[in-house]
Amino acid sequence: MLIERKWKKWVFFYLPMAAFIAFTLFPFYWMAVTAFRPDSELYATWRQPNAAPLWTLHPTLEHVKGLLQTTAFPTWLWNTMLIAIVSTIISLVCGMFAGYALARLRFRGSEFLGTAIFITYLVPQTLLFIPLADIIRGMQLGNTPWALMLTYPTILIPFCTWLLMGYFKTIPKELEECARIDGATRFGAMVRIIFPVAIPGILSAGIFAFTLSWNEFIYALVFMASADQKTVPVGVISELIRGDIFFWGQLMAGALLGSVPVAIVYSFFVEYYVTGLTGSVKG
Amino acid sequence: MANVSIRNLNKNYDNGFHAVKDVNLEVRDKEFLVLVGPSGCGKTTTLRMVAGLEEITSGEIRIGEQVVNDLPPKERDIAMVFQNYALYPHKSVFDNMAFGLQMRGYAKDEIDKRVREAADILGIGPLLERKPRQLSGGQRQRVAVGRAIVRHPQVFLFDEPLSNLDAKLRVQMRVELKRLHEQLETTAIYVTHDQVEAMTLGDRVVVMKDGVVQQVGEPLELYGQPANRFVAGFIGSPAMNFVEVTVSGAGDALWIQAEGMRVRVPTEFIDRVRAHAGKRLTLGVRPEALRIANGSDAGASDYSFATAVDVVEPLGNEILLNFRAGGVPMVARVDPSLRVKAHETIRFSLDPERLHFFDAASESAL
Repeated sequence: MLIERKWKKWVFFYLPMAAFIAFTLFPFYWMAVTAFRPDSELYATWRQPNAAPLWTLHPTLEHVKGLLQTTAFPTWLWNTMLIAIVSTIISLVCGMFAGYALARLRFRGSEFLGTAIFITYLVPQTLLFIPLADIIRGMQLGNTPWALMLTYPTILIPFCTWLLMGYFKTIPKELEECARIDGATRFGAMVRIIFPVAIPGILSAGIFAFTLSWNEFIYALVFMASADQKTVPVGVISELIRGDIFFWGQLMAGALLGSVPVAIVYSFFVEYYVTGLTGSVKG
Repeated sequence: MANVSIRNLNKNYDNGFHAVKDVNLEVRDKEFLVLVGPSGCGKTTTLRMVAGLEEITSGEIRIGEQVVNDLPPKERDIAMVFQNYALYPHKSVFDNMAFGLQMRGYAKDEIDKRVREAADILGIGPLLERKPRQLSGGQRQRVAVGRAIVRHPQVFLFDEPLSNLDAKLRVQMRVELKRLHEQLETTAIYVTHDQVEAMTLGDRVVVMKDGVVQQVGEPLELYGQPANRFVAGFIGSPAMNFVEVTVSGAGDALWIQAEGMRVRVPTEFIDRVRAHAGKRLTLGVRPEALRIANGSDAGASDYSFATAVDVVEPLGNEILLNFRAGGVPMVARVDPSLRVKAHETIRFSLDPERLHFFDAASESAL
């Protein structure tokens, strides 16, 4: 440890850190305050006497109630959850096998395949939704959850494959060689030894995939038409902005409730998540 | 228990690298055979082919009476200990050792009995519930060995198992492995780059270089009668001294010469040296075949030369004297009771019975 003067640590570490945290968290704070602020305060000017633009003097649940009672928000939440979970599972399973194959098996074209998978990840969704929409229509999946459950993996599988491939490469190959000598088949060694050891990597890939599908907007907007099939991000925007009227209170309440599950998932696995992205396995 | 026979074994990698060239080995039943050589000499590749972890390009490997060329590792009835131990980090010590038995469908009682038996032999009984990360290097090594012995395999394979241990522990584990092998009486193939390990552990030692077997023999045979210059230089520490020499003289009085050095060819070598007259020769002298000549050695002056010592290394049980002779740096290992100062000029005498001659071109021993 280097010995440093205290003021230096304050100036170069604590203050920038505090500024950074304030900057990142302020939108969340603003969202929360707006969600609990009565309309009278929301639309009042800042110059009004007793104005409190940065906090609320009369917190209210009217927007939350309105959101839950007048819109299909609970249905959207359920749709989002279901779609996110199913597409995460599909992507994880495919990503685990594909990542293992690319990391471990020597076969003709394996490197090309790895690069090709990465390139598919780089194709922007804003382009990809056009041909995908045609496919969805052709398969008559439009306006059903399957439209999203099957299209989200097109982005998630390349991502999971790459993340897991990197993680599998950090696991010493002697572990599975030893398992194979101990009596396991290659597949058995993968399932019994490599996957359990890779749990931090698998969890990070899963969390990331879950978050991406939870927040996904453009496919959900294009493939889902009726109000009861929408996901939270699309539902909130399309049902709570009517013409040029923004229902700010309900919008923010929807955003707040929509981000809670993701926050819970993150906080639950945060330790695994960090080791999954940064750490490796020591024998 | 089984013998292992390797015939005309070759390994070519896809990039064209010929890692193992026509290796032939017979590992006898219950024998401890050590493969030794510098890194990249093909010893580990050979071992991995016996294990079934590496495909065989051509040749044949038999374990017992069975040709195992195309058998997957799990059907070869072998156990392997890896350099990095390869303990399963998510399993306890007990489960690490039990895994192989579980995969083979042994009953729970039998697994429990065998694991505890092996743990007792290795002194890791109290560690069975721990995870590998809670163990020291030596303890991990024991668990890795334990995992191999619970299965009672036909052959043990060791891939540099002691390389990750510190020097003191390595010496201790070396003795334990030797003791264990005597107790278990299982055929073992052991790969190492450390010639001391090879000499102390092996019933027989195989020296390899560039994918080719250089010599197979008992440790003292390799030390005393090296087949070529490579083996002579690889086995023994400090290494054998090599001097390029020319031959002169005629009849029974042949002399070899190098810069500042003129030594008579010992009688037993005369015929062989004469047959090589005109070719360049290399003289090999082990450090302990060099003695400090004293006055009464006058008769032996045919085998002596004088030089100045550069560096003195007093090691306690011996002293190493570094000097230049014949145009090359040389080392002599002498008795610690002798008092020698650096830069002192000394007359060394060679033990005529312990000289080695090599053809300078082919490097094989005369």
